Amino acid sequence: MTAGSGRPKAGLADRDGFLAWVMLLPSVVYIIALVGVPFLLAIAFAFSDVTTGDPSFDFVGFGNFAEVFDDGVFWRSLRNTLFFTLVSMVLIVVFGKILANILVADFHGKWFVRFLVLLPWTTPVALSTVSWLWFLDSIFSPVDWVLRNLGLIDANVVWLGRPGTAMASVIAVQVWRLTPLAAVIVMAGLVAIPRDINEAARIDGAGFWRRMFEVTIPLTLPVIAVAGLFGAIMTFTDMTVPYVLTRGGPTHATDVLASWAYFRGIEGGDVGQGAAIALFLFPLLFAGAIAILRAVRRLEAR
Amino acid sequence: MTTVINVEGLRKRYARRHVAARCGVYGAAVLAALVCALPFLWSVVSAFKQNQDLYNPESNPFFYNKPATPDHVTFLFTDTPFLTFVVNTLIVGAVVVAVTLVLALPAAYSLARLDRPWGTPMGIAIFLVYLVPPSLLFLSLTRVVVWLHLEDTLWSMIVVYPTITVPVSVWLLIGFLKAVPKDIEEQAMVDGHSRLGAFLRAVLPLVFPGIVAVVVFSFTLTASEFVYALAFVSASPEMVVSTGVPTQLIRGDVFFWQSLQASTVITAVPIAFLFNLFLDRFVTGFTMGAVKT
Repeated sequence: MTAGSGRPKAGLADRDGFLAWVMLLPSVVYIIALVGVPFLLAIAFAFSDVTTGDPSFDFVGFGNFAEVFDDGVFWRSLRNTLFFTLVSMVLIVVFGKILANILVADFHGKWFVRFLVLLPWTTPVALSTVSWLWFLDSIFSPVDWVLRNLGLIDANVVWLGRPGTAMASVIAVQVWRLTPLAAVIVMAGLVAIPRDINEAARIDGAGFWRRMFEVTIPLTLPVIAVAGLFGAIMTFTDMTVPYVLTRGGPTHATDVLASWAYFRGIEGGDVGQGAAIALFLFPLLFAGAIAILRAVRRLEAR
Repeated sequence: MTTVINVEGLRKRYARRHVAARCGVYGAAVLAALVCALPFLWSVVSAFKQNQDLYNPESNPFFYNKPATPDHVTFLFTDTPFLTFVVNTLIVGAVVVAVTLVLALPAAYSLARLDRPWGTPMGIAIFLVYLVPPSLLFLSLTRVVVWLHLEDTLWSMIVVYPTITVPVSVWLLIGFLKAVPKDIEEQAMVDGHSRLGAFLRAVLPLVFPGIVAVVVFSFTLTASEFVYALAFVSASPEMVVSTGVPTQLIRGDVFFWQSLQASTVITAVPIAFLFNLFLDRFVTGFTMGAVKT
């Protein structure tokens, strides 16, 4: 379609090709300047000895990587990241799917329920995690109070002070905050299922669970995949929850790649090493992004 | 076996099943709301507690064992920089939202409507940018911010945050723009507007709901961002809520717990309220999204 072909005045504001570039250019320039360049810079830093005290750039080859690999904390944080991501993703998908099914049902007071359900996701993570910090306090935790009064425990659990429970707490908070996002994404898929399909299955005598597992879930699988991958990517690259809740502790039991990169690169001042650690996020992140794109494609092919 | 009895029995069975299903739905909804909102509900209770009540491991954490007091909430507003953080967040949010719209609206229109061969790859590239996390870029962006002499200023966040909001906004807006019938622009162009004029006068008013959704979503992203804000700004008067509250309201081992809880609730409620208003639009925009050919 060529705009204005029938009219004599076809100025610059009418030439699609020209306009398309001009309208897109500011965003592209901006993104190249502040995402593209920093990304290349991050790669360059990983091969340099830049520190916050001495920002002059000297090439050191694979020196940073050698140092990072020699450090047991790196391997620990890599394992933690994978475990944290995998467990969180599974739980986010399961709970997100359940929550989505609740939110598409018709009931009174839905608006208020939706408001409460959105809270964990829309509240700035750092703030809601601070609330959790108190919820899991070593002395005053209401969770422990309930367990103590039910007679289930004698002394406080000290959730954030022991490696196992600290990891469980970090995962719980992460799942709690991302489940609403997964639910919203799955909801979008559920709403798009044509009503007659469910009706037809119902008339054929399929009960709730059969409809759920043989109609709804297969039809919404791509959306569920998108929700899961979003959850995975946001967990994989997140450092806020471990940073605020445990600061990576006790003794690095909850350090993840992102938080370890922050501690080394910003608080430890060794920008080169921090960049080398953060770079390990990239390959898996890229794989996740490709997987999302494929799922979205399948979604649209339907 | 007569059909009459069968119908009667079936009707009863379905009625019972219906009641059971309704109870199930309400039960599940209440449970979900409680699990999601429990820390916040409990924050509301704690925020008004007296110290002797709060710092007593034996007292019931869910009720007031001593009379409630507004002192700690007042303290938050009078003796902490919380209001400064709120104002900073609003300033950063407003400017970032404006920049985002100026960049994203034309870009989305270009990708959605001005069919170019590079439209699809460009849409995919923008989607990929959306997935690049702060944790990958904060180290080099911190250096960039230092080179630009923007460290410890609101400007550092204003300059960098659109890297998060622009890609996702373009993605959402493409969805909304594709839903506008092409005839609208063609009619406007027949009426004597240029292509650009048609976009500004005929299309923009129609995607107004989409613009509102993008404003709300971008603002939420800006207010929640933590990693960049933490890395760029370490001076308290220039901090935003997401970093100021966890770093400045906690002094070493001294936590102003009631005030912290109050600040969380005060920040959380308006954002969730706004988001809930536009949730349906966000859901549609999300599914209609870009990457389409």
